[in-house]
Amino acid sequence: MKVVIDAELCQGQGRCFSIAPSIFDFDDLGSGFVIGDGTLSPETMDLARLAQANCPEHAIFIEESP
Amino acid sequence: MTDKPPVLDFATDFDHTDPEWVSDPYTIWEDLRQRCPVAHTDRYGGAWFPATHAGVSAIAKDTVNFTSRDVIVHEGRPTEEDLPSPIGVAPPITSDPPFHKVARRLILPAFSPAVVNALEPQIRALCATLLDDIIFEGVVNASMDYARLIPPSVIRQMLGFPEEDTEMFIKAVHLITENVDRPQEERIELFEPVEAYFTRQIEDHQENPRDDLTTFLLNAEIGGEKLALEHVFGTMILILVAGIDTTWSAIGAALWHLARNPEDLARLVNEPELMPVAVEEFLRYYAPVTMARLVNADMEYLGCPMKEYDWILLGFPAANRDPTVFKDADKFIIDRAENRHVAFGLGIHRCVGSNLARMELQVALEEFIKRYPRFELANEDNVTWAQGQIRGPRNLPLRILR
Ligand code: HEM
Repeated sequence: MKVVIDAELCQGQGRCFSIAPSIFDFDDLGSGFVIGDGTLSPETMDLARLAQANCPEHAIFIEESP
Repeated sequence: MTDKPPVLDFATDFDHTDPEWVSDPYTIWEDLRQRCPVAHTDRYGGAWFPATHAGVSAIAKDTVNFTSRDVIVHEGRPTEEDLPSPIGVAPPITSDPPFHKVARRLILPAFSPAVVNALEPQIRALCATLLDDIIFEGVVNASMDYARLIPPSVIRQMLGFPEEDTEMFIKAVHLITENVDRPQEERIELFEPVEAYFTRQIEDHQENPRDDLTTFLLNAEIGGEKLALEHVFGTMILILVAGIDTTWSAIGAALWHLARNPEDLARLVNEPELMPVAVEEFLRYYAPVTMARLVNADMEYLGCPMKEYDWILLGFPAANRDPTVFKDADKFIIDRAENRHVAFGLGIHRCVGSNLARMELQVALEEFIKRYPRFELANEDNVTWAQGQIRGPRNLPLRILR
């Protein structure tokens, strides 16, 4: 499974990188981005889901890896 | 307020300055959600108020049908002449696309998490000093003597204005923030001394550039050109108007809550790691900021016959209490893990200062409860709340317990 941020939807609310700094980081404008390729392990899955559940813009998606 | 007739039905004649709304808007909003859910009023020349998360979200994200050219509801229908161009008086909050993005990108880097995180030690020291300065006589006015003084001092520091001007700066700022809903002519007059002070500061920064927000704005460029001085000035005023009463209200409301809920206060004292989660719940439950939009053209929207330049009162605080989005929406749950609150707005106008505001709120609470781990309201009847689009306690006497 992979986590991605839809850059069109992200408005820089800042919730993901506060909740899960090991998975998300922020750029100079304060927008969130996924660190690395976003592949989730069983250990990081719950944290990614928690960040997703706190994004007011619904900009975080968890997808099947290809 | 006395000159206004009382509201009999908030569904058809709402007024956000009515004493009932000011003292407890939450009951009104829940009632509206159940039977409207978009309220209307002929007051202010005509306005709509969506009480649901879905309604607020749709309008906040729809910059085609709604404009931000005026974001504070005031008397009278605006006409084309009253409304500044799509750039607006205070970019980016009063700007629409496409200019909005340009004005916003300009200031985002100055409020990025990296910049804000670096301010933490200064903000903590400021809070400690303010607490030292309170002459302790058993009761502390936590709003006037603490919460109120934090945001302007932080902004003064960021703008790089002299420390000895702090008191004067705070007075000037409140002159602006308390009169945003006055007619334009009155505001211009009231702002004259502020304008003179800002102009002096801008000149000083032009002569002696340094590492601060004023110099940053003076050096900023759009399309290879420096900003017009009015743009620099407008952005400074916006930062004052947007960043001060709002954060003051958030800090005050959180302290009010803790004074009335000793079990939540004890949890924060005993489990400091809970603070970031608690801060989000304070922001959801006591969201201080309601914005406005204007309808761009006659249309049917959310089932309502909207007319060009009708006001929309955009209640982010009401959206935060919608039970279809938040479980037990009317309960304050200090460790609420899933919290998609919209206290900082939704869509392209998301609060530029949200990282800073969160930091101020968190640090202000941490320092206060470190100094005073037990307190209660000294007199419930003496607590007063701000009226208008920013909601928070203005008078907040707390009795410190040993
Ligand atoms: C708890 C404190 C605060 C709350 C609840 C809050 C809330 C909001 C909200 C709801 C908006 C959206 C406006 C809209 O949709 O029309 C907004 C915009 C804005 N806020 Fe804040 N704010 C706070 C503190 C601050 C601070 C500290 C600053 C800066 C120093 C700031 C600067 C701004 C700016 C510049 C905008 C305009 C953004 C744009 O239009 O793109 N705010 N704020």
